[in-house]
Amino acid sequence: MTEMQRKAIIPGEVIVEGEEYLPGEGTEKLDGKIYSQRYGLAEETNNLIKVIPLSGVYEPRRGNVVIGKVEMITFNGWVIDIGTSQNAFLSLMEVPRFVNKDALEEVMTIGDIVVAKIVSINKRGIDVTIKMKGLGRIDEGILFEVNSHKVPRIIGKEGSMISLIKEQTGCNITVGQNGVILIKGDSVEKELLAKEAVMFIAEKSFINGLTEEVEKWFKERKK
Amino acid sequence: MTTKTFKRADGRKNDELRPIKAKVGVIPNADGSAMYQSGDTIAIAAVYGPRKMHPQHAQDPQKASLRCTYNMLSFSVNERIKPGTSRRSTEISKITEWALEPVLMLDKFPNMVVDVFINITQADAGTRCAGINAASMALAHAGVPMKDIVSSISLGKLDKELVVDLTKEEEDFEEGEGATDIPVSMTSQGKITHLQLDGKIKGEQLKEILDIAKKACAKVYEIQKKALKDSIEEKK
Repeated sequence: MTEMQRKAIIPGEVIVEGEEYLPGEGTEKLDGKIYSQRYGLAEETNNLIKVIPLSGVYEPRRGNVVIGKVEMITFNGWVIDIGTSQNAFLSLMEVPRFVNKDALEEVMTIGDIVVAKIVSINKRGIDVTIKMKGLGRIDEGILFEVNSHKVPRIIGKEGSMISLIKEQTGCNITVGQNGVILIKGDSVEKELLAKEAVMFIAEKSFINGLTEEVEKWFKERKK
Repeated sequence: MTTKTFKRADGRKNDELRPIKAKVGVIPNADGSAMYQSGDTIAIAAVYGPRKMHPQHAQDPQKASLRCTYNMLSFSVNERIKPGTSRRSTEISKITEWALEPVLMLDKFPNMVVDVFINITQADAGTRCAGINAASMALAHAGVPMKDIVSSISLGKLDKELVVDLTKEEEDFEEGEGATDIPVSMTSQGKITHLQLDGKIKGEQLKEILDIAKKACAKVYEIQKKALKDSIEEKK
């Protein structure tokens, strides 16, 4: 496996030339040249070229855990704004308890924040569920937003980064794939420290060896 | 011929651009932003979106819409101009949309809108070109999928001379045949996305001027590219 150094790339730029390369996400192949379609970092793995975007809107995928806000109540569910052009729909069937059809607002009302999982995406919209552990309405905590393309760095490889923050601050952190982050801890100071750590990662999301960098940052903060 | 005595007021060569500065990420609150300065002309562009189009009846279920707003700030020229939209700014906004739309892959975002706000903080001719350059960088910075970057430059014919990147002084040139102003926008591959012409010019000369434009746009492109890449390198 060959690993190319990640390099900054702009739209319309030729990343590599050669028939052996395959175009991945954010790229296009024309006359044996791989062109970028996005602004970000180009990466190569096994001749597959892809561009990791650093900015842009959230692209919903099946299985993503997202955090959204209840926007509307319909006769059989809730419409949830998760920061996409289509709103997500949470059906009555996807709630893990009995709900009286006449009193949907008793379970969740307009303005409530919900952690939900995307079950399907189709032409008509996005369907979400809260029928799983860790999902459902949120009652307390700090809520803030980062760019959705920085979420993988905040979570880290196999959750290494997020568990580091949890360990250091003792807070419970939920990261929505749409870039909304919820922090719940036993004191406001701890919650704010965790928020600062997340913002630090979002800011420095390009550098290599970020986990060590964050460890160092925590050490300095604790002095 | 007047060729032997022809000299530009600021001492530039005929194909020489004004000093250019470009920067990306000048507006933290926007999704993407850029500043482009060419001589005394400064344009800043901010991009918001793609976001949901409101009002709903304006949504296009096939693709996203592009909405550009060009605005000259009241203090950008010597004589204060009345703030707000004018006939001229509406026209340039539309021109900017047309210049940028061919490179944007808007079909990926149905029912959405990309808002581009261009503000001219200081004007010395070539503001629409500076605006397009800034907007193109800001769109890339905002992460909108694009086929290419658009670079724009204004060219002109002063009497019989073909020159690049006119200043206000040159635009008001009145000797001989007078001044012809030709703003051109191109992709990095040399495809024209926008061409305007105000004045008189012969067919052969127009062909000639497009060749010059290609070279000038390549220079602008290099600066745009560097500004975009530097913004990533800085944070490394």
